[in-house]
This record gives sequence, C-alpha cells and structure tokens, in this order.
Amino acid sequence: MADLTASPRIDLQALQLDDARALLRHDARNSEQEAGESPTDYLQRMIDGLCELSLKDPLTGLSNRRHFCSVLERSIESVARSGESVLLLLLDIDRFKSINDTHGHMAGDQVLQAVATCLAHCVRPMDTVARYGGEEFAVILPNCRPLFGRAVAERIRQTIASLSIPVTPLLNIQTTISIGGAYAPEWVRSTADLWIERADLQLYRAKSEGRDQIRLELPQELSVSAEEKGLLFGNLDMNEMVTMEAIPGDTPTDAADKATNRVNA
Amino acid sequence: MIDLLTPTAESQDAAKVPLKPLGKVLAVTSGKGGVGKTFVSANLAAALVKRGYKVLVLDADLGLANLDVVLNLYPKVTLHDVFTGKAKLEEAILPAPGGFSVLLAGSGMVEYSRLTTEVRDEFLRIISGLVPHYDVVLLDTGAGISDVVLFAVSLASEVLMVATPEPTSLTDAYATIKVLVGQQQRQTVRVIINQAPRAGIGQAITHQLQQVLDRFVVTERPIRLIHMGDIPVDPEVRQAVMRRQLMMQTTPGCPAGQAISQIAGKLEKTVIPKPA
Repeated sequence: MADLTASPRIDLQALQLDDARALLRHDARNSEQEAGESPTDYLQRMIDGLCELSLKDPLTGLSNRRHFCSVLERSIESVARSGESVLLLLLDIDRFKSINDTHGHMAGDQVLQAVATCLAHCVRPMDTVARYGGEEFAVILPNCRPLFGRAVAERIRQTIASLSIPVTPLLNIQTTISIGGAYAPEWVRSTADLWIERADLQLYRAKSEGRDQIRLELPQELSVSAEEKGLLFGNLDMNEMVTMEAIPGDTPTDAADKATNRVNA
Repeated sequence: MIDLLTPTAESQDAAKVPLKPLGKVLAVTSGKGGVGKTFVSANLAAALVKRGYKVLVLDADLGLANLDVVLNLYPKVTLHDVFTGKAKLEEAILPAPGGFSVLLAGSGMVEYSRLTTEVRDEFLRIISGLVPHYDVVLLDTGAGISDVVLFAVSLASEVLMVATPEPTSLTDAYATIKVLVGQQQRQTVRVIINQAPRAGIGQAITHQLQQVLDRFVVTERPIRLIHMGDIPVDPEVRQAVMRRQLMMQTTPGCPAGQAISQIAGKLEKTVIPKPA
C-alpha cells in the first residue's frame, strides 16, 4: 500500500493527463489548471470530475447503470437495518423501436432525452433516476410509503403521456411509458438482483397487460397483527396442545431466523 | 462531493433467471425451526421410495443443515465441494437408508448462507442437473423467511409447510405463508401438522389459517391451503431420532409411520405423477 500521507510534490508534467483532460473538456468542464490552483487541488478537481463522469449516462445526463447499482446496494443495506420503505421503479418507453424505425435514431435519442428530463422533474432531489439500458429507466425512491409510491408512478405515467416531444420543426412525437415497481424487502438483507427481478416482473406485467400502465408489487404487510394472532388461535383449544415436547433431532435454528422475530423487529 | 461506491460484479450483470418453479421439486419448509422438517423430509422420502419413486433429498438449509445428523451420514464429499468446484455433482450424491439418495450440504456451507448471485446460480445449476434423474426432488429448506430459504422454496412447484400445533410455530407458519403469497404469488401451500396430539387437529388448524389468510391477505388470486395430514405424537419418533435411525425403516407401522405413508399416498394422487 502506498503511503498517502507522506506525499512528495506532485509533478504534473510527469503525469499522463491528456485523456482525462479531453474527457472533461468534452463534457464542457474546465480541464486546465487555473491560476493559483495548487497541483493537489487541480488533481482533486480532475478526479472529482472523472468520478462524476463515470456515474453519468452521457446521452441523458441521468445516473448510469453503475451508479444505479451502487445506490441500490446501499439501499438494501440501509433497509435491512432501518426497515425504511424504499421503492424501485423500472420504466420502459412503449414501442420505442418503432420510433427509431420510423423516425430514425436521432429522433429516438431526442425522445430518450425528453423522457429523462421529465423523469428527473417528477421526483424529489433525494431520489435516484438512472438510465438502466436502452429505453429502460430506473428510479430509486427512498423513504417512500406505499401510497406515495403509487402517486409518484402515476404522476410519471401521466406526465410522459402528455409530453409532446419536438424532434423536427414539423414533427412532434408522443409516447407512453410502462412502469413496474417493487419495494425492498424490509426484513431481510436481500440482493440487488432479486429486487430488480421483482420490479422487472411487474414491468413485464404492465407491458403484457396493455402498456401505459403501472404495476406495483403489493407491499408485503408482514407484521402479523394482534388481531390476526387472536384469530389464529381463537377457535383452537390450546389447552390440549401444551403437552408436547420438542424433538431433539431437529435442532431449532437461531432465534433471529424465526419468522415472527424478523417480522416484528 | 460524489459518493462513489465500487459496484461489485454481482450487481453489474443482473442474472435474470425467472423464478420458474421446477416440476417434481417439492420444498419442505417451516416458519419456525425445530418442528421436524428434516424428520419429515427423510421419512417422506423413504415412504415415496416404497411407492416406487426414485427420490433425492437435497439439504437446502445451507447455513444450518442437519440432514446428516438425522441420517447419521458423514460423507467426505458434500454440496460444499460441488459449490467450490472440488467435486462433481454425481460424486456428492449418497445412498441413504430408506432407499433414497441424498445430497448433503456439509458444514462449509455456512459461508453460503447469504444469497448471492453465485450461490443462486450454483444452486439452480445443481437442481436443474438433478431433476432429470429423479422422480421427486425434496428440498429440505431452512426455517423462516431468509432469502436463501425463500429462493430454495421458489424453485419448488409445491410447498409442504410443516408446523406443530404450538402458537409460535403456527404464527411463524402464517407469516411465512404470507410472504410466499406476496413474493412468489403462490396459490397453494400444503400443510403438514407434526406432533399432533389428537386426530383432526391439523384439519382445524389448516381451516383456521385459511380463514385468517382470507381475511388479511388480499391478492388477485386467493391462496389455498391444503391439509396433507397429521403426524401424531409417537414415542417411536423420539426413539428413532435419538438413535439416529430412519423411522420408516425401523418401525414403519407405528402411528407416525402410517401417517407419513398416507401423506406420501396423497402426494402420489395429487402432485407427483406415478413414474412409468
């Protein structure tokens, strides 16, 4: 490991910075060392700029898939600890291929950009909007109660449907979007893959059931309420069940693994 | 300031394998541990063998497997070796007393007790490799609703939920069924009541669970519980477990043995087509 504290003077001349400068310049950023800027500050600014670039989708300016995945992973960790309600939406522009085929890729790109801008306006600053791939987008909404999630998804669907996207002076394109969503499982540390898969399944349903629709996985009401518990045993005579003893062969699993413990945590 | 986290390889390419249950794969699960899942899996396997099925029991409780303890088998090659590429799948399959085959997890599987893409893919690969060679594959899963358990259950076409008639066991079974309905859109769950103190108790419990589910779990297609049978409290069970023998082999005619035979018969009629 290099010792980062005892740094010798940075010799900018000795570094190969041309590619980095070109990348930043391409993104309309100041890539040259400014008057009075120390080599360390300059390099820090370059690194920050490159990091930002590596998280952005160049066409739409949204987060790219890499950034999306890291936010999703972090959400899973925080949900497993806090039980916060986090919604993942996957969104896919309907019949996008026919836009490309009919009006060309330039028009397709303009539609992608317009939809991206619209998505970014429909959500809160704390939410993450990403281009997941092709004409598919993803939104991560932390701290999102079930009613709010449906409202946001509906707002997005309506706003996109009402857009009139100018692609040439004579041509405006209208499009719709299908939305599938799933909440992070609140009681277990799941995986990003499984979460995406659940949202994807809902998106598939929205598509196959006619497009321009929203399908959200039913929020899992996992708490077993006192009322439910009461009803579970209400008509059963528990007195005749108390004589049993546990079979020693099947070792009870760790208490933390029992469903009710997880559920009521 | 940008918060940059290095994405892991697993988050990068989402392996999009659909949650499509495999026919002939039955999951034996429970809400709470210690209700006799492994006992039921092993003895049900033996009962199915008696009916002419070729059966394999897979120790799918990766973190806390104890099928080896119940069957008194300590193999050199386990599922762990298959996962790590040290052994081929067929090398890890053992004959068990009772005439069925087993694939034991091995103690090293604790490190796989968290579901990652790697574990998931490997698991899928192993089960798909097994299915063509057996009439029935029984997955002896862990208890509760951890992601490994839910994943293992998702691979099965049928779920056998084992519970004892205790309030904690029933509450946990209820909670687990709720998750299976919500997350996997399950429409049937089969209930087996173990350590039943009297005849008819399982029917009453299943009915009660069904009523509460109907009232509190709203889905597009309702969940249906099917009572498969009660395994009565029986001293022979305790004997067999303590001696680490298979009850269906030592005392198949005892009340618990008869009950398990009946459950096997019911499975034959309803979910597993008779082998040609």
